[in-house]
Amino acid sequence: MELLYLNRKALGEGFYYLKGMVIGMFWTVTQSLLGGLLTTFRIFIFTLLIALPLGLIIAFGAMSRFKPLRYLVDVLVWVIRGTPLMLQLIIIFYGPGLWLGHNIWSGNETGRITATVVAFSINYACYFSVIFRGGIEGVPVGQREAGEVLGMTKSQIFFKVTLLQMVKRVVPPMSNEIITLVKDTSLARIIAAYELTFAGYSFMKSDGLTWPLFYTGVFYLAFVGILTLLFNYIERRLDYFR
Amino acid sequence: MAILEVKNIEKHFGSTQVLKDVSFSLEEGNALAIIGSSGSGKTTLLRCLNFLETPNQGSIAVKGETLFDASVPLKQHEKDLRKKRLHFGMVFQSFHLFPQYTALENVMLAAQLLAKERTDYKQNKKEILAEIETRGKALLDQMGLQDRMDHYPHQLSGGQQQRVAIARALALSPDILCFDEPTSALDPELTGEVLKVIRGLAEQKTTMIIVTHEMAFARDVADQIIFMDDGVIVEQGDPRQVIDNPREERTKQFLTRYTEG
Repeated sequence: MELLYLNRKALGEGFYYLKGMVIGMFWTVTQSLLGGLLTTFRIFIFTLLIALPLGLIIAFGAMSRFKPLRYLVDVLVWVIRGTPLMLQLIIIFYGPGLWLGHNIWSGNETGRITATVVAFSINYACYFSVIFRGGIEGVPVGQREAGEVLGMTKSQIFFKVTLLQMVKRVVPPMSNEIITLVKDTSLARIIAAYELTFAGYSFMKSDGLTWPLFYTGVFYLAFVGILTLLFNYIERRLDYFR
Repeated sequence: MAILEVKNIEKHFGSTQVLKDVSFSLEEGNALAIIGSSGSGKTTLLRCLNFLETPNQGSIAVKGETLFDASVPLKQHEKDLRKKRLHFGMVFQSFHLFPQYTALENVMLAAQLLAKERTDYKQNKKEILAEIETRGKALLDQMGLQDRMDHYPHQLSGGQQQRVAIARALALSPDILCFDEPTSALDPELTGEVLKVIRGLAEQKTTMIIVTHEMAFARDVADQIIFMDDGVIVEQGDPRQVIDNPREERTKQFLTRYTEG
Protein backbone atom coordinates (compact mmCIF):
# COMPACT_ATOMS: atom_id res chain seq x y z
CA MET A 1 0.00 0.00 0.00
CA GLU A 2 2.71 2.36 1.05
CA LEU A 3 4.85 1.35 -1.92
CA LEU A 4 2.03 1.87 -4.34
CA TYR A 5 1.40 5.29 -2.88
CA LEU A 6 5.05 6.22 -3.29
CA ASN A 7 5.09 4.99 -6.85
CA ARG A 8 1.99 6.94 -7.60
CA LYS A 9 3.60 10.00 -6.11
CA ALA A 10 6.74 9.47 -8.14
CA LEU A 11 4.72 9.01 -11.29
CA GLY A 12 2.76 12.14 -10.56
CA GLU A 13 5.85 14.16 -9.96
CA GLY A 14 7.42 12.74 -13.10
CA PHE A 15 4.34 13.76 -15.00
CA TYR A 16 4.50 17.28 -13.64
CA TYR A 17 8.21 17.37 -14.34
CA LEU A 18 7.65 16.35 -17.96
CA LYS A 19 4.74 18.72 -18.31
CA GLY A 20 6.95 21.48 -16.98
CA MET A 21 9.64 20.62 -19.50
CA VAL A 22 7.18 20.64 -22.40
CA ILE A 23 5.74 23.97 -21.34
CA GLY A 24 9.25 25.29 -20.89
CA MET A 25 10.23 24.12 -24.37
CA PHE A 26 7.04 25.52 -25.85
CA TRP A 27 7.83 28.86 -24.29
CA THR A 28 11.42 28.76 -25.57
CA VAL A 29 10.24 27.97 -29.11
CA THR A 30 7.55 30.66 -28.97
CA GLN A 31 10.08 33.29 -27.89
CA SER A 32 12.47 32.24 -30.61
CA LEU A 33 9.75 32.28 -33.28
CA LEU A 34 8.54 35.70 -32.13
CA GLY A 35 12.09 36.92 -32.60
CA GLY A 36 12.10 35.46 -36.12
CA LEU A 37 8.69 36.96 -36.80
CA LEU A 38 10.03 40.41 -35.96
CA THR A 39 12.74 40.04 -38.61
CA THR A 40 10.21 38.67 -41.10
CA PHE A 41 7.93 41.60 -40.37
CA ARG A 42 10.78 44.10 -40.77
CA ILE A 43 11.72 42.70 -44.17
CA PHE A 44 8.07 42.70 -45.18
CA ILE A 45 7.23 46.25 -44.14
CA PHE A 46 10.42 47.92 -45.41
CA THR A 47 10.16 46.10 -48.73
CA LEU A 48 6.58 47.35 -49.14
CA LEU A 49 7.51 50.92 -48.18
CA ILE A 50 10.22 51.02 -50.85
CA ALA A 51 8.76 48.76 -53.54
CA LEU A 52 5.35 50.46 -53.76
CA PRO A 53 6.61 53.95 -54.74
CA LEU A 54 9.52 52.48 -56.72
CA GLY A 55 7.07 50.29 -58.61
CA LEU A 56 5.01 53.35 -59.53
CA ILE A 57 8.13 55.11 -60.84
CA ILE A 58 9.09 52.05 -62.89
CA ALA A 59 5.52 51.88 -64.23
CA PHE A 60 5.79 55.51 -65.42
CA GLY A 61 9.14 54.64 -66.99
CA ALA A 62 7.56 51.73 -68.83
CA MET A 63 4.88 54.06 -70.22
CA SER A 64 7.29 56.88 -71.04
CA ARG A 65 7.21 58.48 -74.48
CA PHE A 66 11.02 58.46 -74.41
CA LYS A 67 11.79 55.17 -76.14
CA PRO A 68 15.28 54.40 -74.73
CA LEU A 69 13.90 54.67 -71.19
CA ARG A 70 11.03 52.37 -72.10
CA TYR A 71 13.41 49.75 -73.49
CA LEU A 72 15.69 50.04 -70.45
CA VAL A 73 12.74 49.49 -68.12
CA ASP A 74 11.52 46.57 -70.23
CA VAL A 75 14.93 44.89 -69.96
CA LEU A 76 15.12 45.52 -66.21
CA VAL A 77 11.68 44.03 -65.60
CA TRP A 78 12.50 41.08 -67.84
CA VAL A 79 15.76 40.31 -66.00
CA ILE A 80 14.31 40.73 -62.52
CA ARG A 81 11.17 38.74 -63.20
CA GLY A 82 13.08 36.16 -65.22
CA THR A 83 15.61 35.15 -62.55
CA PRO A 84 15.04 33.65 -59.09
CA LEU A 85 14.70 36.05 -56.21
CA MET A 86 17.05 33.82 -54.21
CA LEU A 87 19.75 34.24 -56.84
CA GLN A 88 19.28 38.02 -56.79
CA LEU A 89 19.54 37.99 -53.01
CA ILE A 90 22.79 36.01 -53.05
CA ILE A 91 24.31 38.34 -55.66
CA ILE A 92 23.29 41.47 -53.78
CA PHE A 93 24.55 40.21 -50.43
CA TYR A 94 27.81 38.58 -51.47
CA GLY A 95 28.54 40.43 -54.75
CA PRO A 96 29.73 43.79 -53.40
CA GLY A 97 32.14 42.11 -50.96
CA LEU A 98 33.74 40.07 -53.73
CA TRP A 99 33.85 42.87 -56.31
CA LEU A 100 34.87 45.74 -54.07
CA GLY A 101 36.99 43.78 -51.62
CA HIS A 102 34.95 44.97 -48.64
CA ASN A 103 31.43 44.11 -47.64
CA ILE A 104 29.09 47.08 -47.92
CA TRP A 105 26.58 45.30 -45.66
CA SER A 106 27.68 45.13 -42.07
CA GLY A 107 28.07 41.49 -40.99
CA ASN A 108 25.47 41.73 -38.23
CA GLU A 109 21.76 41.04 -38.40
CA THR A 110 20.93 44.58 -39.49
CA GLY A 111 23.27 44.26 -42.48
CA ARG A 112 21.61 41.03 -43.55
CA ILE A 113 18.14 42.50 -43.22
CA THR A 114 19.18 45.61 -45.18
CA ALA A 115 20.61 43.52 -48.01
CA THR A 116 17.42 41.45 -48.06
CA VAL A 117 15.24 44.56 -48.18
CA VAL A 118 17.30 45.97 -51.07
CA ALA A 119 17.04 42.77 -53.11
CA PHE A 120 13.35 42.32 -52.32
CA SER A 121 12.49 45.96 -53.07
CA ILE A 122 14.01 45.80 -56.54
CA ASN A 123 12.33 42.49 -57.25
CA TYR A 124 8.91 43.43 -55.94
CA ALA A 125 9.00 46.92 -57.49
CA CYS A 126 9.25 45.23 -60.89
CA TYR A 127 6.23 43.03 -60.20
CA PHE A 128 4.31 45.97 -58.75
CA SER A 129 5.16 48.12 -61.79
CA VAL A 130 3.40 45.67 -64.07
CA ILE A 131 0.33 45.75 -61.83
CA PHE A 132 0.36 49.58 -61.61
CA ARG A 133 0.70 49.85 -65.35
CA GLY A 134 -2.28 47.57 -65.85
CA GLY A 135 -4.26 49.69 -63.40
CA ILE A 136 -3.35 52.97 -65.07
CA GLU A 137 -3.94 51.76 -68.61
CA GLY A 138 -7.10 49.99 -67.55
CA VAL A 139 -8.94 53.25 -66.86
CA PRO A 140 -10.72 54.13 -70.11
CA VAL A 141 -9.36 57.17 -72.01
CA GLY A 142 -12.90 58.51 -72.02
CA GLN A 143 -12.66 59.20 -68.30
CA ARG A 144 -9.76 61.59 -68.81
CA GLU A 145 -11.42 63.19 -71.83
CA ALA A 146 -14.66 63.68 -69.92
CA GLY A 147 -12.65 65.52 -67.26
CA GLU A 148 -10.84 67.61 -69.88
CA VAL A 149 -13.98 68.84 -71.61
CA LEU A 150 -15.35 69.81 -68.19
CA GLY A 151 -12.37 72.15 -67.78
CA MET A 152 -10.57 70.14 -65.11
CA THR A 153 -6.83 70.44 -64.70
CA LYS A 154 -4.57 67.45 -65.17
CA SER A 155 -4.08 67.02 -61.44
CA GLN A 156 -7.80 67.34 -60.76
CA ILE A 157 -8.45 64.63 -63.33
CA PHE A 158 -5.83 62.40 -61.71
CA PHE A 159 -6.90 62.86 -58.11
CA LYS A 160 -10.67 63.27 -58.53
CA VAL A 161 -11.37 60.97 -61.47
CA THR A 162 -8.79 58.32 -62.33
CA LEU A 163 -6.94 57.58 -59.06
CA LEU A 164 -9.71 55.72 -57.27
CA GLN A 165 -10.55 53.72 -60.39
CA MET A 166 -6.89 52.74 -60.60
CA VAL A 167 -6.77 51.73 -56.95
CA LYS A 168 -9.84 49.57 -57.41
CA ARG A 169 -8.21 47.76 -60.35
CA VAL A 170 -4.91 47.34 -58.56
CA VAL A 171 -6.04 46.00 -55.17
CA PRO A 172 -6.83 42.36 -56.08
CA PRO A 173 -3.58 41.58 -57.98
CA MET A 174 -1.63 43.60 -55.43
CA SER A 175 -3.00 41.60 -52.50
CA ASN A 176 -1.80 38.44 -54.24
CA GLU A 177 1.73 39.79 -54.57
CA ILE A 178 1.83 41.08 -51.01
CA ILE A 179 0.76 37.71 -49.62
CA THR A 180 3.51 36.08 -51.69
CA LEU A 181 5.96 38.58 -50.20
CA VAL A 182 5.13 37.38 -46.66
CA LYS A 183 6.27 33.87 -47.59
CA ASP A 184 9.18 35.01 -49.77
CA THR A 185 10.78 36.59 -46.70
CA SER A 186 11.83 33.02 -45.77
CA LEU A 187 14.38 33.22 -48.59
CA ALA A 188 16.44 35.53 -46.38
CA ARG A 189 17.56 32.36 -44.56
CA ILE A 190 19.99 31.78 -47.45
CA ILE A 191 22.10 34.71 -46.23
CA ALA A 192 21.60 33.62 -42.62
CA ALA A 193 19.12 36.31 -41.62
CA TYR A 194 17.35 34.98 -38.56
CA GLU A 195 13.80 35.19 -39.83
CA LEU A 196 10.77 33.08 -38.95
CA THR A 197 11.53 29.95 -40.98
CA PHE A 198 15.16 29.97 -39.83
CA ALA A 199 13.92 30.15 -36.23
CA GLY A 200 11.61 27.14 -36.62
CA TYR A 201 14.20 25.15 -38.56
CA SER A 202 16.89 25.67 -35.91
CA PHE A 203 14.93 23.52 -33.40
CA MET A 204 14.85 20.65 -35.85
CA LYS A 205 18.56 20.94 -36.38
CA SER A 206 19.56 21.19 -32.70
CA ASP A 207 16.86 19.16 -30.90
CA GLY A 208 15.39 17.00 -33.65
CA LEU A 209 11.98 18.58 -33.04
CA THR A 210 9.50 18.77 -35.92
CA TRP A 211 6.56 20.36 -34.16
CA PRO A 212 8.17 23.84 -34.15
CA LEU A 213 8.03 23.66 -37.96
CA PHE A 214 4.24 23.32 -37.84
CA TYR A 215 4.12 25.99 -35.19
CA THR A 216 6.10 28.21 -37.57
CA GLY A 217 3.45 27.54 -40.19
CA VAL A 218 0.82 28.82 -37.77
CA PHE A 219 2.69 32.13 -37.51
CA TYR A 220 2.66 32.56 -41.30
CA LEU A 221 -1.02 31.60 -41.45
CA ALA A 222 -1.90 34.19 -38.82
CA PHE A 223 0.16 36.88 -40.65
CA VAL A 224 -1.45 36.11 -44.01
CA GLY A 225 -4.85 35.76 -42.37
CA ILE A 226 -4.70 39.31 -41.02
CA LEU A 227 -3.59 40.64 -44.41
CA THR A 228 -6.42 38.76 -46.14
CA LEU A 229 -8.96 40.33 -43.79
CA LEU A 230 -7.45 43.75 -44.48
CA PHE A 231 -7.59 43.33 -48.26
CA ASN A 232 -11.13 41.97 -48.11
CA TYR A 233 -12.09 45.06 -46.16
CA ILE A 234 -10.50 47.38 -48.74
CA GLU A 235 -12.16 45.53 -51.61
CA ARG A 236 -15.51 45.75 -49.87
CA ARG A 237 -15.02 49.47 -49.32
CA LEU A 238 -14.44 49.93 -53.07
CA ASP A 239 -17.35 47.73 -54.01
CA TYR A 240 -19.85 50.56 -54.29
CA PHE A 241 -18.91 51.41 -57.86
CA ARG A 242 -17.92 49.53 -60.96
CA MET B 1 -23.57 87.45 -85.88
CA ALA B 2 -22.99 83.75 -85.73
CA ILE B 3 -22.10 82.33 -82.30
CA LEU B 4 -19.74 79.78 -83.87
CA GLU B 5 -17.52 80.36 -86.86
CA VAL B 6 -15.48 77.40 -88.12
CA LYS B 7 -13.14 78.09 -91.00
CA ASN B 8 -11.09 75.78 -93.22
CA ILE B 9 -10.45 73.08 -90.66
CA GLU B 10 -8.02 70.38 -91.76
CA LYS B 11 -7.01 67.40 -89.69
CA HIS B 12 -4.85 64.43 -90.52
CA PHE B 13 -3.65 61.47 -88.52
CA GLY B 14 -0.31 60.51 -90.02
CA SER B 15 -0.96 60.34 -93.76
CA THR B 16 -4.72 59.90 -93.40
CA GLN B 17 -6.63 63.10 -94.08
CA VAL B 18 -9.67 63.02 -91.82
CA LEU B 19 -11.01 66.55 -92.29
CA LYS B 20 -10.59 68.57 -95.47
CA ASP B 21 -11.36 72.28 -95.59
CA VAL B 22 -14.36 72.15 -93.26
CA SER B 23 -16.13 75.49 -92.80
CA PHE B 24 -19.51 76.28 -91.31
CA SER B 25 -21.18 78.69 -88.94
CA LEU B 26 -23.93 78.38 -86.40
CA GLU B 27 -26.44 80.95 -85.13
CA GLU B 28 -27.16 81.32 -81.45
CA GLY B 29 -30.13 79.21 -80.32
CA ASN B 30 -29.94 76.96 -83.36
CA ALA B 31 -29.44 73.21 -83.48
CA LEU B 32 -27.07 71.82 -86.08
CA ALA B 33 -27.22 68.16 -87.02
CA ILE B 34 -24.23 66.48 -88.65
CA ILE B 35 -24.94 63.30 -90.56
CA GLY B 36 -22.79 60.96 -92.61
CA SER B 37 -21.51 57.39 -92.59
CA SER B 38 -18.98 56.24 -90.02
CA GLY B 39 -15.45 57.33 -90.84
CA SER B 40 -16.65 60.49 -92.56
CA GLY B 41 -14.98 62.72 -89.95
CA LYS B 42 -18.03 63.84 -87.93
CA THR B 43 -16.67 62.75 -84.58
CA THR B 44 -13.21 64.17 -85.31
CA LEU B 45 -14.80 67.52 -86.12
CA LEU B 46 -16.60 67.51 -82.77
CA ARG B 47 -13.40 66.51 -80.98
CA CYS B 48 -11.58 69.41 -82.65
CA LEU B 49 -14.20 71.84 -81.34
CA ASN B 50 -13.71 70.46 -77.83
CA PHE B 51 -9.89 70.62 -78.10
CA LEU B 52 -9.59 66.87 -77.74
CA GLU B 53 -7.82 67.00 -81.12
CA THR B 54 -5.78 69.86 -82.49
CA PRO B 55 -6.60 70.79 -86.09
CA ASN B 56 -3.65 71.09 -88.49
CA GLN B 57 -5.26 74.00 -90.33
CA GLY B 58 -8.06 76.47 -89.85
CA SER B 59 -9.65 78.51 -87.12
CA ILE B 60 -12.46 78.31 -84.60
CA ALA B 61 -14.19 81.39 -83.20
CA VAL B 62 -16.97 81.64 -80.63
CA LYS B 63 -18.88 84.92 -80.19
CA GLY B 64 -16.29 86.66 -82.33
CA GLU B 65 -13.39 85.54 -80.14
CA THR B 66 -10.87 83.35 -81.94
CA LEU B 67 -10.28 80.31 -79.76
CA PHE B 68 -8.04 78.50 -82.14
CA ASP B 69 -6.04 79.52 -85.16
CA ALA B 70 -3.60 77.05 -86.68
CA SER B 71 -1.66 79.84 -88.42
CA VAL B 72 -0.73 81.38 -85.08
CA PRO B 73 1.68 78.99 -83.37
CA LEU B 74 0.36 79.98 -80.00
CA LYS B 75 1.59 77.87 -77.16
CA GLN B 76 -1.64 77.17 -75.37
CA HIS B 77 -1.35 77.49 -71.66
CA GLU B 78 -3.35 74.95 -69.75
CA LYS B 79 -5.34 77.65 -68.04
CA ASP B 80 -6.20 79.35 -71.32
CA LEU B 81 -7.11 76.05 -72.89
CA ARG B 82 -9.36 75.21 -69.96
CA LYS B 83 -11.21 78.51 -70.29
CA LYS B 84 -11.67 77.99 -74.02
CA ARG B 85 -12.99 74.52 -73.44
CA LEU B 86 -15.78 75.86 -71.26
CA HIS B 87 -17.39 77.44 -74.33
CA PHE B 88 -18.26 73.92 -75.40
CA GLY B 89 -20.02 71.09 -73.62
CA MET B 90 -19.63 67.52 -74.77
CA VAL B 91 -21.88 64.50 -74.52
CA PHE B 92 -20.07 61.32 -75.52
CA GLN B 93 -21.43 58.30 -77.30
CA SER B 94 -20.63 56.02 -74.36
CA PHE B 95 -21.46 58.55 -71.60
CA HIS B 96 -18.11 58.43 -69.74
CA LEU B 97 -19.76 59.15 -66.41
CA PHE B 98 -17.42 58.96 -63.43
CA PRO B 99 -18.29 55.58 -61.87
CA GLN B 100 -17.28 56.43 -58.30
CA TYR B 101 -19.69 59.37 -58.05
CA THR B 102 -23.47 59.45 -57.80
CA ALA B 103 -25.54 61.05 -60.55
CA LEU B 104 -25.70 64.32 -58.63
CA GLU B 105 -21.99 64.26 -57.78
CA ASN B 106 -21.18 63.69 -61.45
CA VAL B 107 -23.15 66.81 -62.35
CA MET B 108 -21.65 68.94 -59.56
CA LEU B 109 -17.98 67.88 -59.62
CA ALA B 110 -16.62 70.22 -62.30
CA ALA B 111 -18.56 73.19 -60.95
CA GLN B 112 -17.26 72.53 -57.44
CA LEU B 113 -13.67 72.34 -58.67
CA LEU B 114 -14.10 75.49 -60.72
CA ALA B 115 -15.63 77.35 -57.79
CA LYS B 116 -12.44 76.85 -55.79
CA GLU B 117 -10.73 79.28 -58.17
CA ARG B 118 -13.17 82.05 -57.29
CA THR B 119 -11.67 84.80 -55.16
CA ASP B 120 -14.63 84.82 -52.79
CA TYR B 121 -14.67 81.03 -52.41
CA LYS B 122 -13.37 80.97 -48.85
CA GLN B 123 -15.78 83.61 -47.57
CA ASN B 124 -18.91 82.33 -49.28
CA LYS B 125 -18.08 78.64 -49.46
CA LYS B 126 -21.41 77.49 -48.05
CA GLU B 127 -23.54 79.65 -50.33
CA ILE B 128 -21.52 78.76 -53.42
CA LEU B 129 -21.73 75.03 -52.78
CA ALA B 130 -25.44 75.25 -51.97
CA GLU B 131 -25.97 77.12 -55.23
CA ILE B 132 -24.13 74.42 -57.18
CA GLU B 133 -26.20 71.72 -55.52
CA THR B 134 -29.46 73.51 -56.27
CA ARG B 135 -28.44 73.87 -59.90
CA GLY B 136 -27.34 70.22 -60.15
CA LYS B 137 -30.65 69.03 -58.72
CA ALA B 138 -32.60 71.30 -61.03
CA LEU B 139 -30.74 69.93 -64.06
CA LEU B 140 -31.36 66.31 -63.08
CA ASP B 141 -34.97 67.26 -62.44
CA GLN B 142 -35.15 68.67 -65.95
CA MET B 143 -33.77 65.36 -67.24
CA GLY B 144 -36.54 63.49 -65.41
CA LEU B 145 -34.10 61.96 -62.95
CA GLN B 146 -35.27 63.50 -59.67
CA ASP B 147 -35.51 60.05 -58.05
CA ARG B 148 -32.13 58.85 -59.37
CA MET B 149 -29.85 61.57 -57.99
CA ASP B 150 -28.11 59.36 -55.45
CA HIS B 151 -27.69 56.38 -57.75
CA TYR B 152 -24.27 55.39 -59.03
CA PRO B 153 -23.85 55.07 -62.80
CA HIS B 154 -23.84 51.25 -62.73
CA GLN B 155 -27.23 51.33 -61.05
CA LEU B 156 -28.72 53.32 -63.95
CA SER B 157 -29.92 52.23 -67.39
CA GLY B 158 -28.04 53.45 -70.47
CA GLY B 159 -30.68 56.04 -71.22
CA GLN B 160 -30.56 57.35 -67.65
CA GLN B 161 -26.76 57.47 -67.73
CA GLN B 162 -26.82 59.48 -70.94
CA ARG B 163 -29.30 61.91 -69.43
CA VAL B 164 -27.00 62.35 -66.42
CA ALA B 165 -24.17 63.03 -68.89
CA ILE B 166 -26.28 65.70 -70.58
CA ALA B 167 -26.98 67.32 -67.21
CA ARG B 168 -23.26 67.17 -66.42
CA ALA B 169 -22.43 68.93 -69.70
CA LEU B 170 -25.08 71.59 -69.06
CA ALA B 171 -23.88 72.24 -65.50
CA LEU B 172 -21.16 74.63 -66.64
CA SER B 173 -23.58 76.50 -68.96
CA PRO B 174 -21.59 76.07 -72.19
CA ASP B 175 -22.32 78.34 -75.15
CA ILE B 176 -22.54 75.34 -77.45
CA LEU B 177 -23.49 71.80 -76.45
CA CYS B 178 -22.04 69.01 -78.59
CA PHE B 179 -23.48 65.52 -78.87
CA ASP B 180 -21.42 62.71 -80.35
CA GLU B 181 -23.92 60.07 -81.47
CA PRO B 182 -25.74 60.31 -78.13
CA THR B 183 -28.02 57.33 -78.77
CA SER B 184 -25.71 54.97 -80.67
CA ALA B 185 -24.64 53.03 -77.57
CA LEU B 186 -28.21 52.62 -76.35
CA ASP B 187 -30.72 49.81 -76.74
CA PRO B 188 -33.36 50.88 -79.29
CA GLU B 189 -36.07 51.12 -76.66
CA LEU B 190 -33.97 53.61 -74.66
CA THR B 191 -33.13 56.06 -77.47
CA GLY B 192 -36.55 57.73 -77.19
CA GLU B 193 -36.01 59.12 -73.68
CA VAL B 194 -32.67 60.68 -74.65
CA LEU B 195 -33.99 62.14 -77.91
CA LYS B 196 -36.92 63.60 -75.98
CA VAL B 197 -34.51 65.41 -73.66
CA ILE B 198 -32.51 66.80 -76.59
CA ARG B 199 -35.73 67.88 -78.27
CA GLY B 200 -36.65 69.71 -75.08
CA LEU B 201 -33.30 71.50 -75.13
CA ALA B 202 -33.87 72.53 -78.74
CA GLU B 203 -37.24 73.98 -77.79
CA GLN B 204 -35.49 76.05 -75.11
CA LYS B 205 -33.20 77.40 -77.81
CA THR B 206 -30.03 75.72 -76.60
CA THR B 207 -27.27 76.08 -79.17
CA MET B 208 -26.34 72.53 -80.12
CA ILE B 209 -24.31 70.45 -82.53
CA ILE B 210 -25.61 66.90 -82.80
CA VAL B 211 -23.75 64.16 -84.64
CA THR B 212 -26.40 61.54 -85.22
CA HIS B 213 -27.64 58.62 -87.27
CA GLU B 214 -31.26 59.33 -86.36
CA MET B 215 -32.41 60.90 -89.65
CA ALA B 216 -36.03 61.48 -88.66
CA PHE B 217 -34.88 63.15 -85.46
CA ALA B 218 -32.35 65.35 -87.27
CA ARG B 219 -34.96 66.41 -89.83
CA ASP B 220 -37.39 67.23 -87.05
CA VAL B 221 -35.25 68.99 -84.47
CA ALA B 222 -32.34 70.60 -86.32
CA ASP B 223 -32.44 74.09 -87.77
CA GLN B 224 -29.51 73.34 -89.99
CA ILE B 225 -27.94 70.14 -91.27
CA ILE B 226 -24.53 69.14 -92.58
CA PHE B 227 -23.85 65.99 -94.56
CA MET B 228 -20.25 64.88 -94.41
CA ASP B 229 -18.49 62.28 -96.48
CA ASP B 230 -14.82 61.39 -96.56
CA GLY B 231 -13.80 64.39 -94.46
CA VAL B 232 -15.57 67.08 -96.47
CA ILE B 233 -18.89 68.85 -96.11
CA VAL B 234 -20.80 67.65 -99.14
CA GLU B 235 -24.02 69.51 -98.54
CA GLN B 236 -25.48 71.79 -95.91
CA GLY B 237 -28.65 73.74 -95.41
CA ASP B 238 -32.20 73.39 -94.20
CA PRO B 239 -32.74 69.85 -92.88
CA ARG B 240 -36.00 69.24 -94.72
CA GLN B 241 -34.49 70.37 -97.97
CA VAL B 242 -31.28 68.30 -97.52
CA ILE B 243 -33.04 65.13 -96.37
CA ASP B 244 -36.11 65.30 -98.63
CA ASN B 245 -34.53 66.82 -101.73
CA PRO B 246 -30.77 66.37 -101.65
CA ARG B 247 -28.90 68.11 -104.43
CA GLU B 248 -25.70 66.09 -104.31
CA GLU B 249 -25.40 62.56 -105.64
CA ARG B 250 -23.43 61.41 -102.57
CA THR B 251 -26.12 62.68 -100.21
CA LYS B 252 -28.78 60.84 -102.21
CA GLN B 253 -26.83 57.60 -102.06
CA PHE B 254 -26.26 57.91 -98.32
CA LEU B 255 -29.90 58.66 -97.60
CA THR B 256 -31.11 55.80 -99.79
CA ARG B 257 -28.88 53.40 -97.89
CA TYR B 258 -30.36 54.73 -94.67
CA THR B 259 -34.01 54.53 -95.57
CA GLU B 260 -33.50 51.03 -96.96
CA GLY B 261 -31.49 49.87 -93.95
